[in-house]
Amino acid sequence: MNTQSNAIPEFPLESHAIAPAVIPASRRLYWSVRRELWESRSIYIAPLAVAALILLGFLISAVHLPSKLRAASALSPMQQHELIQQPYNFAALLIMGTTFLVSIFYCLEALHGERRDRSILFWKSLPVSDLTAVLAKASIPLVVLPLLTFAITVVTQWIMLLLSTAILLGRGMNVATLWTHVSLFQMSLMLLYHLITIHAIWYAPIYCWLLLVSGWARRAAFLWAVLPLLAIGIVEKIAFNTSHFGAMLQHRLEGGPEGVAFSAGNMSMDPWTQLTPGQFMVSPGLWIGLVVAAACLAAAVRLRRYQGSI
Amino acid sequence: MTCIEAHGLRKTFGATIALDGINLRVEEGRILGLIGPNGAGKTTALNAILGLTPYQGQLNVLGRNPWTERDQLMRDVCFIADVAVLPRWMRVSQTLDYVAGVHPRFDRAKAEGFLAKTTIGRASRIRELSKGMVTQLHLALIMAIDARLLVLDEPTLGLDILYRKQFYDSLLNDYFDRSRTIVVTTHQVEEIQHVLTDVMFINRGRIVFDSSIEQLESRYLELAVGPEQLAAARALKPINERAVFGRHILLFDHADRQQLAALGDVHTPSIADLFVAVITNQARQASSQTAGAAR
Repeated sequence: MNTQSNAIPEFPLESHAIAPAVIPASRRLYWSVRRELWESRSIYIAPLAVAALILLGFLISAVHLPSKLRAASALSPMQQHELIQQPYNFAALLIMGTTFLVSIFYCLEALHGERRDRSILFWKSLPVSDLTAVLAKASIPLVVLPLLTFAITVVTQWIMLLLSTAILLGRGMNVATLWTHVSLFQMSLMLLYHLITIHAIWYAPIYCWLLLVSGWARRAAFLWAVLPLLAIGIVEKIAFNTSHFGAMLQHRLEGGPEGVAFSAGNMSMDPWTQLTPGQFMVSPGLWIGLVVAAACLAAAVRLRRYQGSI
Repeated sequence: MTCIEAHGLRKTFGATIALDGINLRVEEGRILGLIGPNGAGKTTALNAILGLTPYQGQLNVLGRNPWTERDQLMRDVCFIADVAVLPRWMRVSQTLDYVAGVHPRFDRAKAEGFLAKTTIGRASRIRELSKGMVTQLHLALIMAIDARLLVLDEPTLGLDILYRKQFYDSLLNDYFDRSRTIVVTTHQVEEIQHVLTDVMFINRGRIVFDSSIEQLESRYLELAVGPEQLAAARALKPINERAVFGRHILLFDHADRQQLAALGDVHTPSIADLFVAVITNQARQASSQTAGAAR
């Protein structure tokens, strides 16, 4: 009797105490990433705008497509392949270049803007750790932008192919040549491989370095990101008359072993043979780069703990 | 239960000492006013409590170390650091979405309810809102969080009197419920006097005065006398004296109310007057000490 009367009022109290459950870390990360997309709309607007421009340009050039194809039939299969596939590769290159630039400017702004407009004090008033905040920011160039680039490029290339097909069919021409040379499925796989290996993994230290500088610099984050590297190169040149550091940076920007393979393989008939994922995985440059990236991120997390507004 | 406890809390910026070994204890359910001149160390003390800055000494907020456990602490602590920290690019609806997404104790319906009483549109960006509206929005977000400690650092800075009054009224009527603790710093001491249960004066990184409001009201008395009674009043050893419109206002610590009433009008001093008296007395003592040392 007694225990029963005690048990009843406890129930609502207990459920009230349990109701504000802990929010899992993954959900905090998800909202932090969404927050980044709300703030930096250029992340998706810029590549979409470039894709729209490419389609517009392609539509205008498509007027000459039938005559171009007729002329191409006189060429060797290799040359035909290059000629027909060229606009598709060009579209991918333009969109990738755009998102690379977006990544760079995003990283330089990411940890700087929130200190400049003092909103860091608002973000820090919420139960989100500095680690989550920095990881959310790093995930934009490392995960979100490569995937976005992939999706936008593939859709753009499909629209290009369908447009060309419609035009050729409208003129009563055969589309077989076009479809044999434009193998979108293979191109998409190549693109995905390229984005993951080069843009996400190989470039990771570049993005993480920029994030670190944006969290550290009080102003002119871009100069702080570039000048120290330039200074190292100059000192090396003067002191030892060598340029290993500069060569290393160039190697990094060119995309390392896979970057070279990709640009060579892009135009060939059978691009897969050019790729060397095994060699890529064991290249010391990859692992050194990842270690540098992790160190930069760890430093950025630590730095954010100490920092308020500027 | 103790909400905030500090022992020998110290913080220096280079050669400047911002906090000079502060000891403080704030019990749960109090509304504490932390009052001090500019550069006294108020904001530094609050930043240490909120885990925004490293410090020396011991500090315990709701049983946690704020510097190492800021993110967990923020489930139970809310703060408004200043009126202008909400990100200007954000939309009102996005702030609600985000806080609801990351804060386990945020009640979105409650926040919507508070916002419904204002003219703030959901689709507006924060940069389009007036300063008063931004504060209303921030307050709506904060009040919808079931927190145990709320820290307000000059929350009404730059707002007009109507918004300031509204701010403290809604804080008291819709938020405070005796189980929560509120720590507030402000320069407009008069406006929050009736709100506070405790008051603490901080000067040059030290706590120079610490009292509950009841204690303060029973301990300190202010006497207004004409010139003819001045000598008699001075004989009772006031701690401070000022002249207003030909009358002298004397502040007494532990004086007999009857005795004072015989000389003139007696009333409870305002926190602002008490603050000025405490700070100027301290400055006088400090200068006489240095003068004595020089001699």
